Amino acid sequence: MSEQAILREVRLLLPMAPDMETVASQAATAVAQYAGLSTDQIDEVRMAVTEACINAFEHSRAADKTLELTFTVFGTREPERLCIAVRDRGVGFVPERVEEPRIETKLKAERKRGWGIKIIRGLMDDVTIRSGADGTTVVMCKSR
Amino acid sequence: MTEGLKLTVDRRSGLAVLYTDGYINNQGGEEIARAAYELIDQGYTRLLLNLHGTKIINSIGISILIEIIERMLQIDGRLGFCALTPTIEKTFHIMGLAQYAGIFPDEAAAIAALAPGP
Repeated sequence: MSEQAILREVRLLLPMAPDMETVASQAATAVAQYAGLSTDQIDEVRMAVTEACINAFEHSRAADKTLELTFTVFGTREPERLCIAVRDRGVGFVPERVEEPRIETKLKAERKRGWGIKIIRGLMDDVTIRSGADGTTVVMCKSR
Repeated sequence: MTEGLKLTVDRRSGLAVLYTDGYINNQGGEEIARAAYELIDQGYTRLLLNLHGTKIINSIGISILIEIIERMLQIDGRLGFCALTPTIEKTFHIMGLAQYAGIFPDEAAAIAALAPGP
């Protein structure tokens, strides 16, 4: 199998402000269309991107209040795979310590939130989370 | 930045249908919850959320829908969803909502399942 090249890369710098996740969602839609994903796949990508942005807005505590998104389309001759990196420069977290939410527990719990990572993992093909003292990067990919 | 959710309520015999139009985020979710709790206070124990006009939802909005499911379970009522996009339906399944609320392809199927018998 030949190695995939970067066919297109789009970068977006977003302020962490209300509703900015919808801007990321619109950008994700445009790049996913270029990548040749199906309508349902595009919907999944935009929902996953929305969740990654909301997670960063709510939990990163980034001093610069900025989120960096990189949309990369890979392929040989035609687009084959879209990867999206959502990066903040916040305080980081330990992904392994995040308890997986369960509906049975959430129904009885005061706090019903905390679904973002589970949704992202469920909608995308591959998800990698790198996090440390210099921030968090969520990389999520989907192939045609 | 984004337009608020538009919500319409249709009160029928024994069942109320809530039609959403737009993004279900925290504000949208709260608006649905307010309407649902008002209907419950009026005696409705069967609610249907028709999401035909909603193409995107976020986990904060869904968390508020979970609060409504919790309330419906407390009153032994039934909540259903219909006309979901494939992605919203998939997300509900990922989260396990389908175990506690009916998910139907369209309003007719939902009403047939949710409406109280004669």
